[in-house]
Amino acid sequence: MRRALAVVLCALAGCGGGDDEEPRLVVSAGSSMSEALTECGRDFEGAAVRLSFGGSDELAAQIRQGVKPDVLASANTSIPEELHAEGLLSQPVEFATNKLVIAVPAGSDIRETADLRREGMTLVMGSESVPIGSYTREVLDRLPGGEGDVILGNVRSEEPDVKGIVGKLIQGAADAGFVYLTDVTAAGDALEAIPLPSVIQPDVTYAAGVVRSAKQPELAREFVAGLREGGCADALSEAGFGEAP
Amino acid sequence: MKGWFPLLLTVALALALVFLTLPVIAIFVDSSPAELVESLGEPGALDALWLSLRVTAISLAVILLVGTPAAYLLATRAFRGKALVVTLVELPLVLPPAVAGIALLAAVGPSGILGGAIDATGIELALQTAGVVVALTFVASPFYIRQAMASFASVDRTLLDASRTLGASEARGFLRVMIPAALPGLAAGTALALGRALGEFGATLMFAGSFQGITQTVPLAIYDRFSTDFESALALSAVLVAVSAGILLSVKFVQGGEALGIAAR
Repeated sequence: MRRALAVVLCALAGCGGGDDEEPRLVVSAGSSMSEALTECGRDFEGAAVRLSFGGSDELAAQIRQGVKPDVLASANTSIPEELHAEGLLSQPVEFATNKLVIAVPAGSDIRETADLRREGMTLVMGSESVPIGSYTREVLDRLPGGEGDVILGNVRSEEPDVKGIVGKLIQGAADAGFVYLTDVTAAGDALEAIPLPSVIQPDVTYAAGVVRSAKQPELAREFVAGLREGGCADALSEAGFGEAP
Repeated sequence: MKGWFPLLLTVALALALVFLTLPVIAIFVDSSPAELVESLGEPGALDALWLSLRVTAISLAVILLVGTPAAYLLATRAFRGKALVVTLVELPLVLPPAVAGIALLAAVGPSGILGGAIDATGIELALQTAGVVVALTFVASPFYIRQAMASFASVDRTLLDASRTLGASEARGFLRVMIPAALPGLAAGTALALGRALGEFGATLMFAGSFQGITQTVPLAIYDRFSTDFESALALSAVLVAVSAGILLSVKFVQGGEALGIAAR
């Protein structure tokens, strides 16, 4: 009876199993990569990949607080570089690019950034600390004549990650939001993407690294390399990500 | 030593005590009182505290106003399907916050089943302060209603009957006899609902979003600061711990520990 209980508890809590089991590779990745990486993570050879998605800034904060995934994949280059400078991450590898777009529910009459200035417009964006939020602020800063401030005045929610923005848009709780092109693609017919003029388009580059004292450093390096070339790189390009420079 | 069983009980209690208090104590170990006060001076933190105070007060008022008579009815009448009604009322008690958020969006969100009707009245809920109040009321009211029901049910009915014999209407009996008699339990229910409302996170974020001064309550502000300003997140957490402990202690003090006994029943 007692042994049965222990077995059940272990199964539920996921205790370490026998030696014949595949090693586990823990990957923390920004929310915008969830669809693409979930798919290729399953096909990764040599380890059972466990993915944890969230705002890249929160994943970094977890690492700073002592949480140790094996890999961090961020929706920008600055977070991995900061962690690298703090000695918490290996030299970051750039592996994909993305584009910032205005996302609107299908059938919306919004066509350009100027439409976002309209009175009564309900906008959602990322909070300042998450990459999508800082990219969005970069774009708004580049708009001429204080247009960005008017648009900021219409923002009704600052979401902790892109999933929150997409959810609010699909539910019709907001008229428009700033997300990555790949998020709109992943949302299917529900959302439409309005491209930004190239002069204000920020340079959205994704970077990843191996977390210091990772439990599976070898596999982690392999996984990071695979983001540039191989299974995960293919999945990323299929999801609409661009190739890293 | 009288035997292994008392020892087992003591060990179990010690484990529970350490496990439950250590994280709370850690909040205060990491930051000095001066630092706490300083981080709270930041406008975003003050906005969050003020907003939390407002929305919690409004939602508690709604809960008391509607929940008290509803609980009284459930406690004093027998009718077909009462068990079902009680279960339905209590359901949000065990719903995960994310489910509450999705459910609210599906019901009263802009494209929810009542979305059109609400929109027609000109009321906006999603991403608005009113939406936070809805989320808080939804998750916290069962805590109050459940407790109020138990307190009304445990009031000696002869008190009410006596007031009726003396010619008082039921409404008068409810206000003058039942509510005063059930007051300790009602206060405990209010405290439980207050604690739950103050800590609400998931449903608020999903349904009302997060915006400084409008929908960003203290728990959301803590989450927002987690990645950028751990100090300030700790400071806000410390405030919530202090307030929650204050709620708990004041209830214990006022009712000499009795009301929380009811809460556990």
